[in-house]
Amino acid sequence: MPEQQPGASSIAVISRDACIGCEQCVAVCPTGAITMEDGTAVVNAELCDGCGQCVAACPASAIEMSGGEQAEAAPAEKEAQPAAAAEPAAAAKAGPAPEVWVFVEHTDGQPATVSWELLGKGKELAQALGGKVCSVLLGHEVSPLVKEAFCYGADKVYTIDDPVLGHYRTQPYLHGTIKLVEKYHPEIMLLGATTMGRDLAGAVATSLQTGLTADCTGLSIDPQSKLLEQTRPAYGGNIMATILCEKRRPQMATVRPRVMPMPERDESRTGEVIEEPLGLSEEDIAVKLVEYAREDPSHVVRIEDADILVSGGRGMGGPEGFELLQELAEAIGGTMSGSRAAVDQGWIPHERQVGQTGKTVRPKLYLACGISGAVQHLVGMQTSDVIIAINRDPNAPIFGVATLGIVGDVRDILPALTRACRARLKKEHASEAAAGEGE
Amino acid sequence: MLHIVVCIKQVPDTTQVRIDPETNTLVREGIPAIINPFDMPAIEAAMQLKERYGAMVSLLCMGPPQASEALQKALSYGADRAVLLSDRALIGSDTLATSKALSCGVEALGREQPVDLVICGKQTIDGDTAQVGPGIATRLGYAQLTYVGKIEEVDLEKRRIRVRRVLEGAEEVLDAPLPALLTVLKELGEPKYASLPAVIKGLRTSIPVWGAKEIAVNTDEVGLAGSPTQVRRIFAPPQREPGEVISADGEADKIANMILDRIIEAGIVEG
Repeated sequence: MPEQQPGASSIAVISRDACIGCEQCVAVCPTGAITMEDGTAVVNAELCDGCGQCVAACPASAIEMSGGEQAEAAPAEKEAQPAAAAEPAAAAKAGPAPEVWVFVEHTDGQPATVSWELLGKGKELAQALGGKVCSVLLGHEVSPLVKEAFCYGADKVYTIDDPVLGHYRTQPYLHGTIKLVEKYHPEIMLLGATTMGRDLAGAVATSLQTGLTADCTGLSIDPQSKLLEQTRPAYGGNIMATILCEKRRPQMATVRPRVMPMPERDESRTGEVIEEPLGLSEEDIAVKLVEYAREDPSHVVRIEDADILVSGGRGMGGPEGFELLQELAEAIGGTMSGSRAAVDQGWIPHERQVGQTGKTVRPKLYLACGISGAVQHLVGMQTSDVIIAINRDPNAPIFGVATLGIVGDVRDILPALTRACRARLKKEHASEAAAGEGE
Repeated sequence: MLHIVVCIKQVPDTTQVRIDPETNTLVREGIPAIINPFDMPAIEAAMQLKERYGAMVSLLCMGPPQASEALQKALSYGADRAVLLSDRALIGSDTLATSKALSCGVEALGREQPVDLVICGKQTIDGDTAQVGPGIATRLGYAQLTYVGKIEEVDLEKRRIRVRRVLEGAEEVLDAPLPALLTVLKELGEPKYASLPAVIKGLRTSIPVWGAKEIAVNTDEVGLAGSPTQVRRIFAPPQREPGEVISADGEADKIANMILDRIIEAGIVEG
């Protein structure tokens, strides 16, 4: 705890520019000296007693104490934080090896690949903690998936196999997950940020009264505190935030598909299986499934799986522009996608939307055509290996992330590129990949 | 008659927020505060149910005092009443603390007339978590129905609701008991202004403000004290290496072949 400085010789000073309006300083100030004005924190000098707690609470380093003495006290306070945070972590390590749990999502016997991506990341986190990575597998007749979990790196699989779990519903999956967590106490739990993962994660975290961070793009273990550092974009992707869950357990996070790399699959791996009963019957479940229909797989568009995305934005001008994109997609062996603007205009369906409110993709090649590159779009594609942008506006922000940027008219360049692909690319490649779009 | 509570949030229009490249700080000046766009279909869903079955629609919003503007706007779509949850004790709430406050707000509304349905938007555009809806459902023990694309039917006698959920590559129809909590998608539609009297009523109504006391919430469970997660650090997003920018200069075929050269060089396709 910081010592109170005698008198009010030092007061908190908040930089208006650096303040992000998160209000953590307001919440932490013992004298109520900080209030929000127009979304920015403001200090009432008369009420400030110079304790400096706001400085430590600010994630944007927007607060300083005026006066030399207090300025030195503030860094010391910051150093004190990791030590204090280390205590709960030490307590956690006193018991058996800490476990990182990864929820295995599956439908109709097919696992969602995000489950394995997270298993790979989970293994890294478990190693940093000196512990184990475990899969959590709920369902009915799911033993083939138990084996898959070992192949993708799980040390243990916790499983509940029951007909009531045959099709995902919140109540029984919540019940089963809580049961496992309360018995086996994982340190960390990861889920895919899919409709199923998001439906379940919020319910689990609330039941357990623990912290949950959504859509993380980065996960790591702080070497000192051993806490899970959860990094995610905030303010529509304009800034990155690192979030901690210091006291409650498990530390929970969701991660979108395709953010973490897929781990190697090793047929020879095996591990420990722990089975638990569900303890619920169908009569206990109030919500009933009336109807379930998968879209025809040959019609399902999975832009997340494409190696090459040919993507269009407002600059494509209209549906005819998207016909050009489709021709190029076929010629180059890619899949068509687009920005939110294109979806809002009705030029492409929502399943093909890339961005903050659409999908996150990381193809080998992302061709951005007539896309300006608003932050909300970049957040969905900026980890693509190669980005090529074509736009008439030389100042379009997309050129800031493009490996190669062409200032020009898509209506001329796209047909030319289609011709070039048809003339020069190996025929098998183009037609195989085009067929692959239907998978 | 149903009692429907719609939870809304006032958010900064994040599509207009940007980083000042010189200072590397967020420019939030002059960014308008709006009703979270994903909450608009929630309002519309409530209004459609009101028309179809008869309902009292209550709007609930947690935020600073100026969030009452969002409630006034939302009232003009024809909701019956609005309440703002605002209290120093709520400041610094993460999603767990927020769902605690909102669920206490729903319970307080329910003491006046039992609540049948809570409708929320899919997620907010500032937090983006999609966690608060499920949090409220879990705390209240309501049936949780997320990603709802269509409300098929409400059976007032049997006290059940049937909804269509939109999943990745699939759709399902679920039948659930009331009370239930829905998070809804844009497919539910956008609200239209109700009659002029409703618009005027919305502007004229002063919105009651409830604090921690009115909703009977323990202040340990809200605000920073009730938040297991905290933002520890903010930083600018990683920048990609700047690439090359070339002007096409009207030579479409030449540029096209150059682009293809690069794609082949990168080993992405075979020429």
